[in-house]
Amino acid sequence: MKKPDALQGSLDLLVLKILERRPRTHGYGIMTAVKDASDDLLRIEEGSLYPALYRMEEAGWIRAEWIKNDTGRRARVYELTAAGRKQLGLEESRWHAATAAINQVLRTV
Amino acid sequence: MSVWTRIVNVFRSDRVNCEIAEEFETHIEEAVAAGRNEREARRALGTYVRHRKEGHQVRVIGWLDSLRADAIFGWRQLWKHKTTSVAAVLSLALGIGACGAAFRLVNALFLRPLPIQNSERLYAVRLDGVTFQGKPFIWDTMSYPVFMKMRAAVAGQAELIAMEPAHRNDITFSSDAEMEKAYVQHVSGWMFAAFGLRPALGRLLTEDDDRVQGAEPYAVISYGYWSSRFGRDPGVIGKSFRMGDDLYRIVGVSDRGFTGTEPGKMPDVFVPTAMNVQGVREAGDGWLRVFVLPRSGIAIEPVRQQMYAVYRAFEQERAKAWTNIPKELLIGYPREKLLLRPAGTGVSQMQDDYRVPLTVLGLLVVLMLLIACANVANLIAARSSARSREMALRISIGSGRLRLAQMILAESAILAGLATVAGALFAFWAAPFVVRSIGHADDPVRLVFGGGWNVLAFGSFLALGTTLLFGLGPAFRASKIKPASALKGGDDPMARRRGMYLVIGAQTAFCFVVLFLSFLFVTTFRRLSERPLGFAPERVLLLNTLKKDNKHVIDWQPLLERIKAQPGVELVALEGWPLLGGMNDNELISMKGAPPTNVSSNFLGISPGWIKTMKIALLDGRDLQAEDARAHAVLVNRAFAQQYFGGRDPVGQWFTTLGFNGTPDRHEIVGWVADVAAKNVHEPMSPAVYLPLHTDALGSSWDSATLVVRTSVTDPSVLTATLRHTVEQSEPELRVGDVETQMELVRAQTIRERLLANLAAFFAVVALLLAAVGLYGVLSYSVLQREREIGVRIALGARLGHVTRIVTAQIFAMVATGALAGCALGLIAARYVQSLLYGVKGSDPITMAAPALVLFAAVLLSALPAVLRATRIDPATMLRAE
Repeated sequence: MKKPDALQGSLDLLVLKILERRPRTHGYGIMTAVKDASDDLLRIEEGSLYPALYRMEEAGWIRAEWIKNDTGRRARVYELTAAGRKQLGLEESRWHAATAAINQVLRTV
Repeated sequence: MSVWTRIVNVFRSDRVNCEIAEEFETHIEEAVAAGRNEREARRALGTYVRHRKEGHQVRVIGWLDSLRADAIFGWRQLWKHKTTSVAAVLSLALGIGACGAAFRLVNALFLRPLPIQNSERLYAVRLDGVTFQGKPFIWDTMSYPVFMKMRAAVAGQAELIAMEPAHRNDITFSSDAEMEKAYVQHVSGWMFAAFGLRPALGRLLTEDDDRVQGAEPYAVISYGYWSSRFGRDPGVIGKSFRMGDDLYRIVGVSDRGFTGTEPGKMPDVFVPTAMNVQGVREAGDGWLRVFVLPRSGIAIEPVRQQMYAVYRAFEQERAKAWTNIPKELLIGYPREKLLLRPAGTGVSQMQDDYRVPLTVLGLLVVLMLLIACANVANLIAARSSARSREMALRISIGSGRLRLAQMILAESAILAGLATVAGALFAFWAAPFVVRSIGHADDPVRLVFGGGWNVLAFGSFLALGTTLLFGLGPAFRASKIKPASALKGGDDPMARRRGMYLVIGAQTAFCFVVLFLSFLFVTTFRRLSERPLGFAPERVLLLNTLKKDNKHVIDWQPLLERIKAQPGVELVALEGWPLLGGMNDNELISMKGAPPTNVSSNFLGISPGWIKTMKIALLDGRDLQAEDARAHAVLVNRAFAQQYFGGRDPVGQWFTTLGFNGTPDRHEIVGWVADVAAKNVHEPMSPAVYLPLHTDALGSSWDSATLVVRTSVTDPSVLTATLRHTVEQSEPELRVGDVETQMELVRAQTIRERLLANLAAFFAVVALLLAAVGLYGVLSYSVLQREREIGVRIALGARLGHVTRIVTAQIFAMVATGALAGCALGLIAARYVQSLLYGVKGSDPITMAAPALVLFAAVLLSALPAVLRATRIDPATMLRAE
């Protein structure tokens, strides 16, 4: 499952989850975090990451801020808003429901 | 992201884009630092442009951002054609400003609710009847006795409030030498409580102050008067002033917002009605306006019926005592109907006088604005047609049609916005200017211009309305552009021109209406000013004098001698009151013992030498003499002779009037004079009788008289101080009240006509200019568009006449149609304004000739440059240029 788009909506879920665990992460950090956490199994397509971030920012799930990072460069970091937390819960339960349903199908047939 | 941040981001889009770029670059750098190939990383991330677009959209409010872009673009477009843009803004500003000023006037006079409680429930009495001559006549004042009877009849259902129309009065605060003017109003004591007004200082009048005749000389002053006259000194309470024979004490200052119930006038001093002792007693003295305030939940119609019943009974009883009026005139008396009209916005003479004129002015300014809008619409249409290739290109590369329409509308909105701002400034200045020109220097019109929300709303409505009016058409057309055909040069170049021609037709129609109406008003004013008055008003000064003590007998002869001896004085005489000053005494007469006639004559007391002083022609007989006072000799005018003697010389005849004690007075005619305008200059000359004032000893019935002084100076008012001094020196028992020139009174007669004529003429000139400029523009544009076609035609042998025809035929047909439509509109409008006209008929086709001629000349003149240009097209150059 290299392509995250294969499962609709999982990109938002991954980004939100990463930001919940590691608030104030910048775009590149989110990408590597997904890669590391999935032992290199999942990889966010870079071209889709930023549009997704902008979209979630517009939806009010995350907010962005400019900070100076260790190397002295400015970086744009993201964190969850209250609405984002709620959305994450929603997406998580939706994901669990979906996978449970799929597992059930796999077991019974 | 908050809405506010996104709004702010619209106006710093460069910074937003920078941030997106920065984030983009940071990502690449990190990727490179992690050991990736930069080109691979860039390829994986996608193009920057796409990120910028998506990121930008999230960070701003989309429609606002595009609006900002359109506004900037529109501004640049306008800036590119500075001259035409400025001309467009100015002409629109004039139209919008004039509309705004008219609305401010209408609002102040007719729409602004009185600042009192329950103004929506307030009604005023109006009497709708006919004169003895059968002409319709409307009035709104009643006597005190009938008012009190009506009040008692409807007690419990409605409160009735009586208010005298405010008038200027002489009052003195210290000595008689320091006489000053103030607007005084007798009001029911319970008015303040009924209107829910609170005192700003002291107390207000109450019902107890208005019970006993002449017993409670208390006064409340208005907040405005307190500020302007006393500088808001709290010590004003308890101060006294003298008015007439009474000494009044100020007990309070009224509510700040309360400026009376008469838009156009603001009373300074309120006193109880009971203080006008004579007015309270006299059943024939209609001096009070009656307001009705029904209790909540009470229907007004039954109240009106009860009041009417009381009124009829009262008047019928009163008519029984009338013996000098022909019996047949009294059949069915009183014939007038008592009506109640809503009075929440006040009741005033000015409202009645200016209802129709303001409506007409409103119509004129709206037409002017429409003409200006038409010009701007054509201007924008021409510009956007020049840009049709640009538009087509925009559509081809994916611009939405709505966006294109929005772009054109943004340009229109900038024009309208600028014009509205300039127009608001104009209206701010113009409305008070008009009010000043209506008023008299001594008796100014005082109006409250509320700058309230409705003025603001009207302004926004104008701005929006004009934008849509001239922007919607071109915007709609721009959104319909077919790129393929537009890029090829358009498949129907005529379509746009046809739209323009239609606008020109409408413009011509409006212009004709404005011209026609202004022609009517200018003619009316000219006819009125040229109307012979029958006397020479130039260089005449009028001193209105009052006796301090009614019983005192004044010997006028020495006083007249002393005035005549003053330098600059040529002649001097006395009259009961000034000609054209608003005072009248109309009486019915009996010819040689016959029963009284139904045509009343206008009576005026004069001294010997009056007709010479006024330069009135003596037709036959002799002037009055000092001894005539006892012999009851009188002069009559030509209209009198016409009425009663078939125009024959009436000298030696006699007639009677009903005297004071009911016995007939016999008058001998010793001379007749030319007709003199005495009441007003609009009506035909009416029969007049000039009877002798007692010059040796002014009879007790005369407590005031006017000194007429013919001077040798151009501006007789320079003699005011000297003559005032002379009168008061030589006769201490006399007080000089108003001093005015006869010319002022003559001019005051035509204030309304002058105002209408001036404003209408101004609007007509502007409208004509705008329409001419519009026509010139459209014609030039169409010639420019058809240059090639015309060149070909000339090359093929078209003659001058032919070229002229193809250039102008269509548009002239449109202009002619427009003018015809204008004629029809003008005829309708003229019927409405007929009451304002004098000596000119709106329905007369001949009166249309002059405005039509002017319009025709303007059309020819504005068409000339384009036609010349068309005929000078050189086919060789033209074709080579292709």
